[in-house]
Amino acid sequence: MGKVKGKLGPLARRPDNSAFKQQRLPAWSPMLTANTVLPFFYIMALICLLLGVWLLLTVQSTREIKLDYTVGPCDKCHEKRKNVTSAAEDCKCTVEFTIEKRFKGDVFFYYGLKNFHQNLRRYMDSRDDGQMVGRKNNLKNPSSYCKPFVRDQSGLPIAPCGAVANSIFNDSFTLMYHEPSSTPVKVPLLRRGITWYTDKNVKFRNPKMNSSMNLAQVFEGTAKPLYWKKPVYDLDPLDQNNNGFINDDLIIWMREAAFPNFKKLYGVLHRAKKPFTGGLPAGNYSIDISYNFPVQPFQGRKEIVLTTLTWFGGQNHFLPIAYLVTSSLILLIAIALTVVWCKFGKNGKNMEE
Amino acid sequence: MGEVICEPPNNKLDTFTGTLYWRDNKYPLDNGKMLLRGCVLRNTEWCFGMVIFAGPQTKLMQNCGRTTFKRTSIDKLMNTLVLWIFAFLICMGVILAIGNTIWESQIGINFQVFLQGNESHSSPVFSGFLTFWSYIIILNTVVPISLYVSVEVLRLGHSYFINWDQRMFCRQADTAAQARTTTLNEELGQVEFIFSDKTGTLTQNIMVFRKCSINAKTYGDVYDEFDQKVEITEKTASVDFSFNPLCDRGFKFHDGSLVEAVKLEEPVVQDFFRLLALCHTVMPEEKSEGHLVYQAQSPDEGALVTAARNFGFVLCTRTPETITLCEMGQVVTYQLLAILDFNNVRKRMSVIVRNPKGQIKLYSKGADTVIFERLDSSCHDLMYTTSEHLSEFAGEGLRTLALAYKDLDESYFEVWTKKLLFVSTEIENRDDNLAVLYEEIEQDLKLLGATAIEDKLQEGVPETITCLNLADIKIWVLTGDKLETAMNIGYSCNMLRDDMNEVFVLSGHTLLEVQQQLRSAKEHILGLSRVSSTGDADTDDSVFEETIIAEYALVINGHSLAHALEPQLEHILLDLACLCKTVICCRVTPMQKAQVVELVKRHKRAVTLAIGDGANDVSMIKTAHIGVGISGQEGMQAVLASDYSFAQFRYLQRLLLVHGRWSYFRMCNFLCYFFYKNFAFTLVHFWYGFFCGFSAQTVYDQWFITLFNIIYTSLPVLAMGLFDQDVNEQNSLCYPSLYRLGQQNLLFNKRQFFLCALKGMSTSFLLFFVPCGAFAVMVREDGSHFSDRQAFAVTIATSLVFVVTVQIGLDTHYWTAVNQLFIWGSLIVYFAILFAMQSNGMFGLFPSSFSFVGTARNCLREKSVWLVILLTTVVCVVPGLAVSFLNADLFPTLTDKVRNLQQSRKKQGPEGQNLRRVRRTSSRRSAYAFSHQQGYGELITSGKNMRRSSVSSAHSPETTQHNSTWIENMLKRTNEVSCISDEGTGDSEGNNTSQTPKQQVTV
Repeated sequence: MGKVKGKLGPLARRPDNSAFKQQRLPAWSPMLTANTVLPFFYIMALICLLLGVWLLLTVQSTREIKLDYTVGPCDKCHEKRKNVTSAAEDCKCTVEFTIEKRFKGDVFFYYGLKNFHQNLRRYMDSRDDGQMVGRKNNLKNPSSYCKPFVRDQSGLPIAPCGAVANSIFNDSFTLMYHEPSSTPVKVPLLRRGITWYTDKNVKFRNPKMNSSMNLAQVFEGTAKPLYWKKPVYDLDPLDQNNNGFINDDLIIWMREAAFPNFKKLYGVLHRAKKPFTGGLPAGNYSIDISYNFPVQPFQGRKEIVLTTLTWFGGQNHFLPIAYLVTSSLILLIAIALTVVWCKFGKNGKNMEE
Repeated sequence: MGEVICEPPNNKLDTFTGTLYWRDNKYPLDNGKMLLRGCVLRNTEWCFGMVIFAGPQTKLMQNCGRTTFKRTSIDKLMNTLVLWIFAFLICMGVILAIGNTIWESQIGINFQVFLQGNESHSSPVFSGFLTFWSYIIILNTVVPISLYVSVEVLRLGHSYFINWDQRMFCRQADTAAQARTTTLNEELGQVEFIFSDKTGTLTQNIMVFRKCSINAKTYGDVYDEFDQKVEITEKTASVDFSFNPLCDRGFKFHDGSLVEAVKLEEPVVQDFFRLLALCHTVMPEEKSEGHLVYQAQSPDEGALVTAARNFGFVLCTRTPETITLCEMGQVVTYQLLAILDFNNVRKRMSVIVRNPKGQIKLYSKGADTVIFERLDSSCHDLMYTTSEHLSEFAGEGLRTLALAYKDLDESYFEVWTKKLLFVSTEIENRDDNLAVLYEEIEQDLKLLGATAIEDKLQEGVPETITCLNLADIKIWVLTGDKLETAMNIGYSCNMLRDDMNEVFVLSGHTLLEVQQQLRSAKEHILGLSRVSSTGDADTDDSVFEETIIAEYALVINGHSLAHALEPQLEHILLDLACLCKTVICCRVTPMQKAQVVELVKRHKRAVTLAIGDGANDVSMIKTAHIGVGISGQEGMQAVLASDYSFAQFRYLQRLLLVHGRWSYFRMCNFLCYFFYKNFAFTLVHFWYGFFCGFSAQTVYDQWFITLFNIIYTSLPVLAMGLFDQDVNEQNSLCYPSLYRLGQQNLLFNKRQFFLCALKGMSTSFLLFFVPCGAFAVMVREDGSHFSDRQAFAVTIATSLVFVVTVQIGLDTHYWTAVNQLFIWGSLIVYFAILFAMQSNGMFGLFPSSFSFVGTARNCLREKSVWLVILLTTVVCVVPGLAVSFLNADLFPTLTDKVRNLQQSRKKQGPEGQNLRRVRRTSSRRSAYAFSHQQGYGELITSGKNMRRSSVSSAHSPETTQHNSTWIENMLKRTNEVSCISDEGTGDSEGNNTSQTPKQQVTV
């Protein structure tokens, strides 16, 4: 790097006089002075306060209802699921609830699980994205990550393989609206288009098939996961295009939750018909539950959440409160700093010597 | 066949014993017959010799010391810290493993149905064991492996900045400063002790005839039209010596009046220069017609004879019996009757000559005190004026000699000569009797005047030393020179001053004597300060060291040092030396130099720097933490052994105060930030362990973990480490006290590390729990669930990148364009890579490696995610900001103050600041110092060193510095007394008011 070339004469070895080499690059050297720091703190406090208040007001306008159906009306089913021998038997129960005030706008229907560790490393890794994206090779030879859910007893490859898919949440719900005067009406729920676009169209693909084949033929030579009742190509009997790996429920399940308590979207209120055009009207409702998913082994809970949303998501009290707390803390610090500065450090008194 | 039996190779320069067996005869071999490696033959073209030791066995190489691998204290600290971090990592692993064991046995066992684990996982303890190793792997980023690489890159950069520095480039030598090692840079910011060689380092080893006082009139000063003294610089017009065809062109003198006086043939002036031309041991050599070269034993003599030559009294030739001068164009031959040789007790030399008229004259030159004692009573007034002039010269740091003559009576001289003959044939007490005889004739002298020679310092030496002193750096001079010379240089370098309370001179010859001197000196210092500091006598010495206000200096002679360095005395020596402001060790061997350095290094835990230019400094340069070589005339050995090299001593100031301080500052900031960053980054996994059943699930995407340290955060911190400046270079030099931070190791130590680690931990805590709280209940705008691990990972990763970027922004003091580019660039690169990694294309190629497809797009589109990121960033940064503001506001360090000043000054516009030249005021002090050695007179009168004489000339192994013969002579004359100490200390009481103008630091 020491350039000697080209130069001659007595000062040939003199270093270049460039700002970089002489460490004199023009630079901005800011300092933490009261004039910059104190206003910054006050402005920060103000911003946080405003955001907090705004978020809080927004959150107040949302409606949410949570129904834990692990036991209660479903006690019987809960007992039944304890017993492994009766795992295959169907069990249905109904949960009733009342909505006091109308849910305005879009209403979202979630199922929630508590104490279910979707975030265990071995559980999370137990999947084969190559298979789910429709690679033929992986379909027949699932990745070893899926162990021990790679092949069934007869040696057939499992599709979709792995612990995640195997443990899919398989309760199903029918929401009924009991209008005071007439018979219960089934609340229409959109069960499709509730996934991320990228998941539905990029991350999950069915294996390629030519037009003459149907999905069942594509999956020929694979077995359904151990705990499943239906094979993967038959998950949605109503819509052939919602079957295979691109089934919305499967996709949603496959997006593993970060924490043991989580909720996942089940459906969105379809607001095409009265009386649901403006949301969920107040009144009595019931949910018919096909109770399949056992939670007893891990002392889990299951719940249904109905909620409306705002621009920053569902009923989320954490953010507004966190913002308000932060704002007040910053304000406290700012006031303390101001006091200290006025008393001891004003006008750079300490700066003199 | 001859045979030599001698001592084994050793490092003692001053002794040699051996016997030569040759043709049945035994010849003793002693040090006088040895030529040491590196000696230069003078006055002879050749000599016969025999190689006794070669290569590594030579005394010089034996003195060189070992080459050790040098590492900085920060390096060592870093290694310790990395070990601690490793222990911490294992602790975390154990905690999480225990957590996993408990979790598996309590909860995980119920979860088996979903995992159907293979049998190995069924035992919780075994699972815990596996988890331990998994977490060691996951959390290994807390051990900063990339730190070592980055640190080396920084050091390399800093070294290049040293190489590139124009202000450390020497025009005359065409040499730029050179960092020869790239591993020691930050230690340059922590130096507490500097060990300096004298000749070639502090001084140029050039003597210049500056001034003289002849018959109560001074010459040499230049006055302007207002009768004001003009400072003599390179530009001052020098006197034209063209009237003298034999003059030396290199000689410069600026006062024209002296030439006038010579031309007017004033007898006193003529006698003055005649004396200079006669009374010496210089050998003239006529290389070609009219081209005279003088071979002087000491540069002082050379300077005096050259001065006489230029003023018209040219020494032409000399034989053992005659000296031929060319006086103002006329050839005059003097008969040399006797040389009364110089030695350290006599402090004078005289010659007795017979001039062509037949008169016998004694010319004498020597220390003023010695000459003045022997003056004729008629010279009283003249003596008084001359002594005033001498004080003036001394005040300017010039070396002075007083000159006197005496007319001798023929008959008296004859009697005296007979006595001399008789005495010189005596065997017992020859030296003592000779001294008595010399004393007898050197009486009733008539004063001619005085000369003042400047031992030319290297450029800017006093300023540099003053500046380094202000930076609390202790400078010890270790020199092979004589005591007087060393002290004289001490005075002219401002290291010794008249206003010092005491200058202790250690010159004991036995262990007991030295011990006694050391004790009394120490008691003197401590006793005084006990009295002055309100008398709490219980405090121990180390406390006292800080509180001593009085200034002391210590001068140690080589033979005393040998005793003082013995184990039982080294502590008291060190204590005493550290109590003194200035320490000068003279007549030390290269090995002793290294021993002194080693002593300080071993007991003081301070960073030492050795600077020197010659082969005799190599051992010290190798021993010290940092070795600096001056690339001067004395060859390349010192430079080759050094870690840094440059052409002039004054660059040391810049090397330490600018480059060293910056390096240290940058390195410390860099380390603090690096540890902080790694803790903040890694510990998130630890917190997540409590939520994911301690299953060693990572929070971030694998790719993020891989790239975080390498790409996302490496460049901004490197830019900070390379370019940051707390205070610009001018102020670094103006406020040397800024340097103390490094000496006290304040910017990076274990405490700082803990604070950084703690900061990192709390950041990681907030970084995890704020998004965690938000995510537990969060959904997307379109309702789809959002609490999935991948979105969580992207959010935390983005928050982390923001937090560490803001933090580096706050830590950067000096935002150059490069910093801006790297900081903003890193953010951009982060997002670019994030989206690229999670793009459809990458997923299409490798589905299982890039399973995060689309997460960033879906996640960062959400306002709520940005709200979380904003909140996290604010919460993580604000407390640190508040603390640093409070610190800067309430307890501003000097750095803060200077920065503040710099800022306000920048607004006012630039202002020229330069260091004022430090001038010593005049005070009464004898400045006699003569680097002359005894023995030459004898040599000349014997004619041994004359070219024409057939005697082998191999007897004059004249090296200027470490001539073994002279050292031996020195050791023989054991009773020599230091000459300046008495006067210096005696005068100081009366002169305390004459303060040396020091640089004032006003902040």
